[in-house]
Amino acid sequence: AAGMFLRLLSDVRWRAANPKWRRMTCSRRSTSSTAEPHPVSLPAQAQVVICGGGIMGTSVAYHLSKMGWKDIVLLEQGRLAAGTTRFCAGIVSTARHVSIELKMADYSNKLYQQLEQETGVNTGYVKTGSISLAQTQDRLISLKRIASSLNVMGIPCEIITPKQVAQLHPLINIHDLVGAMYVPEDALVSSANVSLALATAASRNGVQIHERTSVSHVSVQKGRVTGVETDRGQIQCQYFVNCAGQWAYELGHSGEESVNIPLHACEHFYLLTHPLKEPLASNLPTIVDPDGRIYIRNWQGGILSGGFEKNPKPLFTEGRNQLEIQNLQEDWDHFEPLLSALLRRMPDLEALQIMQLVNCPESFTPDMRCIMGESPTVRGYFVLAGMNSAGISYGGGAGKYLAEWMVNGYPSENVWSLDLKRFGTLQSSRTFLRHRVMEVMPLMCDLKVPRWDFQTGRQLRTSPLYDRLDAQGARWMEKHGFERVKYFVPPGKDLLDLDQSKTFYKPDWFDIVGSEVKCCKEAVCVIDMSSFTKFEISSTGDQALESLQYLFSNDLDVPVGHVVHTGMLNEKGGYENDCSIARLSKRSFFMISPTDQQVHCWAWLKNRLPDDRNLTMEDVTWKYTALNLIGPRAVDVLSELSYAPITPEHFPSLFCKEMSVGYANGIRVMSITHTGEPGFMLYIPIEYALHVYNEVMNMGQKYGIRNAGYYALRSLRIEKFFAFWGQDLDAFTTPMECGREFQVKLEKGMQFVGQEALLEQKQNGVYKRFTMFILEDHDTDMDLWPWWGEPIFRNGRYVGKTTSSAYSYTLERHVCLGFVQHFDEKTGEELVVTTDFINQGEYEIDIAGQRFQAKAKLYPFSSLFTHRRRKDEVELSGYQRE
Amino acid sequence: FYLTPPQVNSILKANEYSFKVPEFDGKNVSSVLGFDSNQLPANAPIEDRRSAATCLQTRGMLLGVFDGHAGCACAQAVSERLFYYIAVSLLPHETLLEIEDAVESGRALLPILQWHKHPNDYFSKEASKLYFNSLRTYWQELIDLNSGETTDVKEALISAFKRLDNDISLEAQVGDPNSFLNYLVLRVAFSGATACVAHVDGVDLHIANTGDSRAMLGVQEEDGSWSAVNLSYDHNAQNEHEVERVKMEHPKSEEKSLVKQDRLLGLLMPFRAFGDVKFKWSIELQKRVVESGPDQLNDNEYTKFIPPNYHTPPYLTAEPEVIHHKLRPQDKFLVLATDGLWETMHRQDVARIVGEYLTGVHHQQPIAVGGYKVTLGQMHGLLTERRARISSAFEDQNAATHLIRHAVGNNEFGTVDHERLSKMLSLPEELARMYRDDITIIVVQFNSHVIGACQNEE
Repeated sequence: AAGMFLRLLSDVRWRAANPKWRRMTCSRRSTSSTAEPHPVSLPAQAQVVICGGGIMGTSVAYHLSKMGWKDIVLLEQGRLAAGTTRFCAGIVSTARHVSIELKMADYSNKLYQQLEQETGVNTGYVKTGSISLAQTQDRLISLKRIASSLNVMGIPCEIITPKQVAQLHPLINIHDLVGAMYVPEDALVSSANVSLALATAASRNGVQIHERTSVSHVSVQKGRVTGVETDRGQIQCQYFVNCAGQWAYELGHSGEESVNIPLHACEHFYLLTHPLKEPLASNLPTIVDPDGRIYIRNWQGGILSGGFEKNPKPLFTEGRNQLEIQNLQEDWDHFEPLLSALLRRMPDLEALQIMQLVNCPESFTPDMRCIMGESPTVRGYFVLAGMNSAGISYGGGAGKYLAEWMVNGYPSENVWSLDLKRFGTLQSSRTFLRHRVMEVMPLMCDLKVPRWDFQTGRQLRTSPLYDRLDAQGARWMEKHGFERVKYFVPPGKDLLDLDQSKTFYKPDWFDIVGSEVKCCKEAVCVIDMSSFTKFEISSTGDQALESLQYLFSNDLDVPVGHVVHTGMLNEKGGYENDCSIARLSKRSFFMISPTDQQVHCWAWLKNRLPDDRNLTMEDVTWKYTALNLIGPRAVDVLSELSYAPITPEHFPSLFCKEMSVGYANGIRVMSITHTGEPGFMLYIPIEYALHVYNEVMNMGQKYGIRNAGYYALRSLRIEKFFAFWGQDLDAFTTPMECGREFQVKLEKGMQFVGQEALLEQKQNGVYKRFTMFILEDHDTDMDLWPWWGEPIFRNGRYVGKTTSSAYSYTLERHVCLGFVQHFDEKTGEELVVTTDFINQGEYEIDIAGQRFQAKAKLYPFSSLFTHRRRKDEVELSGYQRE
Repeated sequence: FYLTPPQVNSILKANEYSFKVPEFDGKNVSSVLGFDSNQLPANAPIEDRRSAATCLQTRGMLLGVFDGHAGCACAQAVSERLFYYIAVSLLPHETLLEIEDAVESGRALLPILQWHKHPNDYFSKEASKLYFNSLRTYWQELIDLNSGETTDVKEALISAFKRLDNDISLEAQVGDPNSFLNYLVLRVAFSGATACVAHVDGVDLHIANTGDSRAMLGVQEEDGSWSAVNLSYDHNAQNEHEVERVKMEHPKSEEKSLVKQDRLLGLLMPFRAFGDVKFKWSIELQKRVVESGPDQLNDNEYTKFIPPNYHTPPYLTAEPEVIHHKLRPQDKFLVLATDGLWETMHRQDVARIVGEYLTGVHHQQPIAVGGYKVTLGQMHGLLTERRARISSAFEDQNAATHLIRHAVGNNEFGTVDHERLSKMLSLPEELARMYRDDITIIVVQFNSHVIGACQNEE
């Protein structure tokens, strides 16, 4: 049956394509049958070995070879495009929430469109368009948000009425619809043939392709890839690319040096039917009905329909099963809810005859985004996998970005949200993955609302205060496996159920966070911020200082006890990380950076610090509990607890001192709060955490102390125009572009990474500018709330997108942060953004298609800074990411 | 008139009863996990009875269903008394002596049976003394007869059945000075009851059957599917051997009149039964007892009526047919049910429904389209039914209730149709009997692990 299906799905195109394919690849193979033993031995060495002949592997090979890398070997354990790629539904859809995913899909679409012309392989590309249906108003809002993004990217897209849906598709039952989104340029392809076309082009460019060759493991020496071991011999190589799809996890763990690739397969079902009496047109739009959890496309006169059920069936948890993918069982009972949704959407299909129910495993990742990039532990080991069932949509773009990454050292877009290094080993437990993907797969169709937290795989990393805070009403979110408090629900107050609390409007915690913010402003609050990444770098001589001076943009040669906010920049001057570094002694530094930097920053520094035994770096994240005391009375609490003078004269802003708090000694106290409010960060050895917390709370009582969470922190930092890394700042943002020149010491007497790029920017100006927007005519109670990713319009023209937003309880307005660009009105060319350009525009923010007037500001409201300690140094930082 | 699902449930569940054999206590490992039982009346009052008890002086468990006719008196009496007769028949000589000694000296009696009764399963207080005396006479005779041989279960069952029927007959002939009791014993004797009794002891399962109730074993095949094995033969006109037996027992001249319209003497459906002295006593005896009996009896047309062609009584016996079955690990459950169930459901369906229910419906056969021509609509219908089947299974906590739900509510597709169920259950009393019979079901679940272990020991 599987064989038959293969023929059916790829139709005559497969047979047409295959001979051509053979001719081209087999010229270097000397035989024309893939079924016969391999006549050509593997090369002894190559620059790049790609493992996996699916859409990802072939796309990477295609793009690498286009960029001029020729010495490439692609290995496929079975036949090309025979895994998930072959079974994939072949829908190319650009309707994506995350902008980098949207860009990948858009590129893929454009690539596939011309691929047949380029390669001569029939890819089955048909521009059908797609219609995403909304059964509820919330769904429609969600679609409108996507439509706003698509429109500003130049992808045609419109929100249409149910009647228009009926005109576009004859079979749809529209009685329960409130609207829909139509993307006319979305397409259908034969995914296997796209993959073969990419392989064909790559092979023409010199890529060697070997089928029926499995990689057993990757050899590593001194943290670098040196070769691969296959069942047909060894290949030495500099780069290895793991595109093994659902086997990528196992392959990552097969070598001596493990590479964690957190993904897990789930069964995925779709249905194929015989043609209708009057066969469906091949250009009929694809239907996505997220509320019914299904998609429906035309397929050879009939339909292909699958979906993402609420109760997914994870598989291969114990590892690779001997079961061939083809032998997976059809499970009709499992498919029943999706079939019901299909017949509800298209009741006329009742009489349509079933051809097959296909069970095709897809791999899913812990955060619903794909996995791309270089391993943090093994240099030269690249990964592209975990497509969350959007492999065809992302294939082209993802392959391109990875190829750029390998050739240039970085991709042309910010792919941090897809970077393998956003995960650590902690996301690699099979139990965690199994549980998490069971939540992720249904989420494909669930409404994506702001501030969504995963419910599975929780309570993994916790602060020692977890139970104490939980007992006081803490509500939790998770970052990098670490539990962090969102806010504290006061006793006697109840919030909505999780499902009911999903909203695009004012959330139910609005007043709770408001009172926490008020307390931060007027008294003192304590926030547990233990999740931050903490490194200690020290040396016997000046090595630590010298290395850090080179790797960080600010001047770290400050007196002992000073804290420096600084970027860790790349060659282009972009932020790889944004940190606070305290000089503990002449030769040792304490570095604090965002929670999800633990893997990335470590790898970045490891790869760049000199190999010197006298220079050590230690990850001490787990050793310290961090309490942030925010508010005007923080100083009173701390001085009473330490019997030490904490007046601004003794303890100015941006200082770090080891002192005793209560009975506990050796607490690192820093006069920073990451919010612009006065206060202190306390880094407490974990065994003292409970004691110090209790002391602080007891002593704080008379000053009105209370617990607060990250939502309060976020509101505070955004109204103060503090950017944070990962949300506002990324590898494509320089300090010059976000008003942080003062954190760069261009003349610190030595070279540092990114210096040249910054000097150039300083001379020539910047092409985007981080700007703060205060929404003017926005009704907090009635209007949709901004989130991030909203298009910004200046004088009616698109100039950029927001990166974060929050309600400012002080301004009683919404504040959005985002980047403004300057496109030439005629050519669309990017121009330098000047202060005048920013100041002289009328701005609007587009929230789900509705535009709100906004006032742009390049500097925060100075009146919001109540305590200014050191005249010359305003604490203008804050990098914490939510 | 329409019943809501909760109303339907309250009717269906009114008589349900479950018993779980206490977990392994280190001494007594039972091959029975427990049982579910239930009854749904069609007659008012219901004429079916059920009993379940654990033998305390010997090993084993007794379960039985009793289908009464011409009233419920006989079924009631049999349900109260039969298990004592069986238990006594099974007792070793020393225990009988001990019991007799205790009764003689007025000491506390060793308990013989532990009953597992639904609150509606009552015992007649007034007759207990009378019943006890008859039982005592029986065990005294057993003591006198002391054969010295170990008790054979099959023999014990046959003996108990026959003896109880004999006692019922005798008690009616002798009468009782208490007019209430006198009338009672007559009503018991003149009404009738079939009995289907199971005795389970380790891997030994004995079914003693008299009449047309039925015992059926649910067997799980290796592929997970369910099949039914009959452990009793119906004693009615459909059973050739029974017809043959009856004909053998009477002169050739009566051959034509013996079975008419599939009934014994054209009157009685079951060919074996307790009571029913009208088919057992001579005409003279019947007339004498009725005439000397209380007025109520005389006024009753039925009791005065002598069956036609009544020449060589007895025509009816209570002697059971006993089938012995060695339990195997694949034997998952036993269904004892009165003919009310078997009239509406095929045993194969019963096996499947109970089997799927007990295993949590995990073993529902997967559907494969294969080469068949199936439309989306057909598949959808099929899947919806399968879901309904699962959800109706979850509705019931009792396998017998679940079976009754199917027996009464099944539509032509073999799935429970609430509308049908509602109609069947809301029939007025006088109509109910026309559409359905009393249904009484006991589902006994076996412990395959224990059975497997016992098998290995042997």
